[in-house]
Amino acid sequence: MIVQESLVLLAKASYLLAAALFILGIKRMSSPVTARKGIVQAGIGMVIATLATFAITGGHNIGLITAGLAIGVIPTWLWGKKVAMTDMPQMVALFNGMGGGSAAAIGAGELLKFTQSDAAQPPLATLALAVVGALIGSVSMTGSIIAWAKLDGRMDKRFMFGGQQVVNFAVLVAAALAGAALVFWKLDASLVVVFFLLSLAFGVLMTLPIGGADMPVVISLYNAFTGLAVAFEGYAMGIEALIVAGMVVGAAGTFLTQLMAKAMNRPISNVLFSNFGGGGEAT
Amino acid sequence: MIDGFLALYIFMLAAFTGKEIIGRVPVILHTPLMSGSNFVHGIVLVGAMIALAHAESPLAIAIGFIGVVLGAGNAAGGYVVTERMLEMFKSSKDKK
Repeated sequence: MIVQESLVLLAKASYLLAAALFILGIKRMSSPVTARKGIVQAGIGMVIATLATFAITGGHNIGLITAGLAIGVIPTWLWGKKVAMTDMPQMVALFNGMGGGSAAAIGAGELLKFTQSDAAQPPLATLALAVVGALIGSVSMTGSIIAWAKLDGRMDKRFMFGGQQVVNFAVLVAAALAGAALVFWKLDASLVVVFFLLSLAFGVLMTLPIGGADMPVVISLYNAFTGLAVAFEGYAMGIEALIVAGMVVGAAGTFLTQLMAKAMNRPISNVLFSNFGGGGEAT
Repeated sequence: MIDGFLALYIFMLAAFTGKEIIGRVPVILHTPLMSGSNFVHGIVLVGAMIALAHAESPLAIAIGFIGVVLGAGNAAGGYVVTERMLEMFKSSKDKK
């Protein structure tokens, strides 16, 4: 199997190259002069990584992979091309939600694989990071969808009710407990489902009370969340490119969220946890 | 497979890298940069493709397929939107 081994080596080298291009690309995007070169560079990295992945799939489910790529790429590409410039922020939210959903799906696949009785017991760190990544990715997905709906004018009210913060906190704790039970107690398929439902619900609940004007900051936060989720699922699957690219975005996104909140003169805690920013009326 | 402290070092170094490379971003580039980093985590597509390639049961195949579709959407959409934002940025600068 020398051919297969050299293909894997080639793919690993391509991932290394892609990770370097991503870091250079983000670096260039943070300066006005080089910003456009930056996105092109990161794009080249993505194409290289995707093509290299085809080399190591070994032809298994290759039709489905190609079909999934086509279904994912073509409509979003066309939509992104023609959407109005003013609608860009909600598009970012939507695409970010897709990334979070993809990370959550990877996590779900890994966890369900571990629940099979004949599967080898995974190492604790792998299991824990798969669960944490799935939680963060799920929150990022549903949270981003709510953010998109609000910015797109499909949901112009902030939903508030008495004791909302208590309910939100309770749902988060319940999701975390379900995740902890998966890691330390028992890998059970129905528990996996409960865990995902709670995580997805928390993303919705957390975003509902936040007003439209604060959304860019929130989207930036979810962007960082997705980055972290990708990094953790990358660890669970043992793919270095996901770890590095995800973590770089997670850190850059967190830092960027702070900068954006500072530019708006509002601390992040204020954006996330107060219901009286008046942001919703401002849009 | 990377394990133990080596993984922690990779996480740590990548995190510092992420913070440092956007250190002095001007306010006008906040949104394009958010969009650009949104594109970069579209690399999750690679993980989803490998997950689908290893999937055996119908449920695992369905989940992997959803992952691939969503990851591809993230990457493609993120690229187009970022490129358009930066295009606008450039042309408004040229007019000055």
